[in-house]
This record gives sequence, C-alpha cells and structure tokens, in this order.
Amino acid sequence: MNTHTLSGGFADAPIQSAQAFRAILDAMARPGKIMALHGAAPPAPLSMAAGVALLTLTDATTPLHLAGAADCAPVRDWVAFHIGARLVKAGDAAFALGTWAALQPVTRFATGLPDYPDRSATLIVEMDRLTNHGPTLTGPGIETATWLSLPETAAFRANRALFPMGFDCLFTCGSRIAGLPRSTKVEAL
Amino acid sequence: MNDATPEPAYNFAYLDEQTKRMIRRAILKGIAVPGYQVPFASREMPMPYGWGTGGVQVTAACLVPEDRLKVIDQGADDTTNAVSIRRFFARTAGVATTTRTADATLIQTRHRIPETPLHAGQILVYQVPIPEPLRFLEPRETETRKMHELEEYGLMHVKLYEDIARHGQIATSYAYPVKVSGRYVMDPSPIPKFDNPKLSDSPAIQLFGAGREQRIYALPPYTKVVSLDFDDHPFTASKAAHVCDLCGARASYLDEVITDDLGGRMFVCSDTDFCTDRQAHGKRGRLSAPISGGAA
Repeated sequence: MNTHTLSGGFADAPIQSAQAFRAILDAMARPGKIMALHGAAPPAPLSMAAGVALLTLTDATTPLHLAGAADCAPVRDWVAFHIGARLVKAGDAAFALGTWAALQPVTRFATGLPDYPDRSATLIVEMDRLTNHGPTLTGPGIETATWLSLPETAAFRANRALFPMGFDCLFTCGSRIAGLPRSTKVEAL
Repeated sequence: MNDATPEPAYNFAYLDEQTKRMIRRAILKGIAVPGYQVPFASREMPMPYGWGTGGVQVTAACLVPEDRLKVIDQGADDTTNAVSIRRFFARTAGVATTTRTADATLIQTRHRIPETPLHAGQILVYQVPIPEPLRFLEPRETETRKMHELEEYGLMHVKLYEDIARHGQIATSYAYPVKVSGRYVMDPSPIPKFDNPKLSDSPAIQLFGAGREQRIYALPPYTKVVSLDFDDHPFTASKAAHVCDLCGARASYLDEVITDDLGGRMFVCSDTDFCTDRQAHGKRGRLSAPISGGAA
C-alpha cells in the first residue's frame, strides 16, 4: 500500500458528494448532456470523473466489477480504502468500471428482473473522448434529439429492446460525464 | 427567509452519507425506468409518516448548499407542513429558502404542481402517501407487482369505466392515474387532476418519494405522461368554475373557503405564490381589499 492509496478521496464528503450527485442526476435525467465532476484524484488509469462517480454512488453494499486495466492493484487498494465495495465478477456486479472494450461482452451484466427492473448493473465506461457528435439519442429526458460519441450502437439498441430491463451507463472522460439510461433510443447517425 | 444557519451537530441535510448514497442510487434507477417504483430502505425521520418523510428523504439526497428551496403544501408556502420542512432544511443544510416558484432550484411539494411553469434548472419533489396506483383495486403487493410486470392495467380501466357507469363521467378528481412513456401506470400523488397535464414534457426533473411505503419513482424531463381515459370520455383537467376572489385569475386551481355560517364562501388560488404575485402586479378579484393610498 502506498500513500496514494490513502489520498484522492473527497475532502468534504457530504458537500462534494451532493454536488457530484446533482451533476450525475442531471447527466442521467438528460441523456447526452455532458456534465463536469471534480473533487477526487483516483489512481491511474481511472479518470477523475470515474473516481467521483465511484465515491458518490458506491459503498460496502454495492458489489463492484473492475474490468481490464482498471483491475489493477492501485485501483483495488484505493477502492478498498475509500469505498469498501466488494470486488466481484461481472454477473454479480451492481456497478462495473472499465473501458467499453474491457467490459465486453456487456450481456454478462445484470439487467434486472421483469418485476424488479431496478436490480440491474450501472456501467461506468471510461472513454478516450466524450463529445456531442455521434449516434442520435431520443427518449425520456431529451426534448427532441441529441447526439453522443458512443462506442457503438448495436449493444445499446439491444439493451433498449429489453426495456424496462437493461443496464444503465455513465460515460466518463477526464472530468466529464454523460449518462445513457436504458430508456434512451440510440440510432446510428 | 434565512432563519437559521446550519446546526453543526447534524450532517449536511440531516441524513448520513451511506443513506444518501442508497437513496441516490434508487433515484437514478427511477430516472432510468420512468414511472417504475424503486424500493428503497426508507429511514425514520424526525417527523411523522404522512408529513412528507419520503419527499424529505429525496430532497435531502438531492440538496446542494447552493440550492434555493421552496416547500409547498397544497399550493401554500405558509402552512404548517411547508413551514416546518423548510425550516428543517434551513437548519440542517443551511440552504437558502424562497416562496417564489421562479427563484427556487428545488421545490418539495405536497399535492400540487405550481401554476408558474417550471424551468430546466429545477427539481420538483413530490410527497407521496400511496405510490401504488393499483393498491385500492388489488391489496396484494405480489399481485400488483406482477400486473406492472405484465403491463396488465385492465383493472384500472374497469375502475374508470365503473366511474362512468355510476356517475356518468370519470369521477376520479385527484391522484388521477397516468401512463408514463407508454409503459408504467403511475400514481402522480394526490395532485388534483387539473395538474396532470403539467406532468408531461416538463423541462424540470420530477421525483416522487413515499416514505412509509418505501418507494421512489421519477419522471425525467420531457417524458410523455398521459392521463388514462376512453375515446368517448376523454380526460379533462377540471377546476371550480369560478375566478379567484383575490387576484381574479381565471385559469388557476382554486380552493373554496367557507367565510360564514350563512352559506358565504370565496374561491382563492391554491398556489399562494402565484396569487400574491398577481396581486402585487395590480390584479384584483371580487373580494380584494381596496387599493390603499390610491387616487383621492
């Protein structure tokens, strides 16, 4: 364990997590809207936004899956100290974190039950870029249509077809975050 | 309106951090499945069930120090429930409060949607007594859950049909059931059906908290919300056929107030901020006080 494990959390958790949640709520309620997060300094390769999302939403009651490069000792130690989430395999996770490639196949993740669609995974997807250019998004939270640089469309269309079941996504890049709930229709531009 | 600075003995917005994370996760799942009731581990709050413990927990999970909070009880900013919840958050979160709808960033409401249209920077939190729209038709949770799963809402249409058979019209006038985004039938909390059209395509985020029943549900902005009806008995947003006796408003929802024991009565806007604002702009109703200091 190095000293970096102990740092990088919220300095003032009640206030910073409240501000972070409002940004995440806005991101999820308005799919495609890119919001800024700040307040955490997680170890590489995690982006700041992914670290803030973990600190805000996960704790010892939420099984977490780290995928690919995110599943490294510094991140595992940081999660153990700041969050205490149990690290599990993909199918058991309430939250999963990694790049889109590392999270494949996404059909592994919980999509909820027909009578309890809320028992589904939330994927925190690390992105190289996050812009409002890409596939078209329509649905609840979007007035007419918006666009987001999604890694692909087929997986999200398949996920939308499961509605009301399905997983929900948060896309993170640096300090920025955007949401894509299962309710959003995704069409290739 | 800032009657207190935050009390240092409390965590920000009263609830502990783990509870807020749990509520926040439920809110996000509610947003992802509009109209679906997400179970959550509702906490004891320092007020009785029925006083808005669900709304208070949702508000506590959403508040940031920069917020400007408005609390209404059946449209009024100055009744016991509204005053005590507003003071609760002024004391435990130190947030600014307001009675003006347009200035508020977070509005907790009991049984009304403000007359002033909401805007994109706002969150409306509803206090919900019975979140399950099918509960009075089917008391078993196992059955209503299965009905939502199978999208089997025939029973609700039978109920509305029986209204028509008995009364000649759909007699349900509050907590009027709606269908959200073409999927879940939802109880909009006991708002008058006059307010139902405002649920649909609102630019604001709408969150619903039921503390005793331990459910949270949500409407993201710009979500289609349709009041259930029949082709030959279309939904109508009804109100008392009067104008406000204080501000003369014709299109706002009215409360009837008994003024004596001889059958005297008056109708006033249920939304006190809306009514006060109109009066401040010189609008007058039948029983308005004469303008003081006016032309001699």
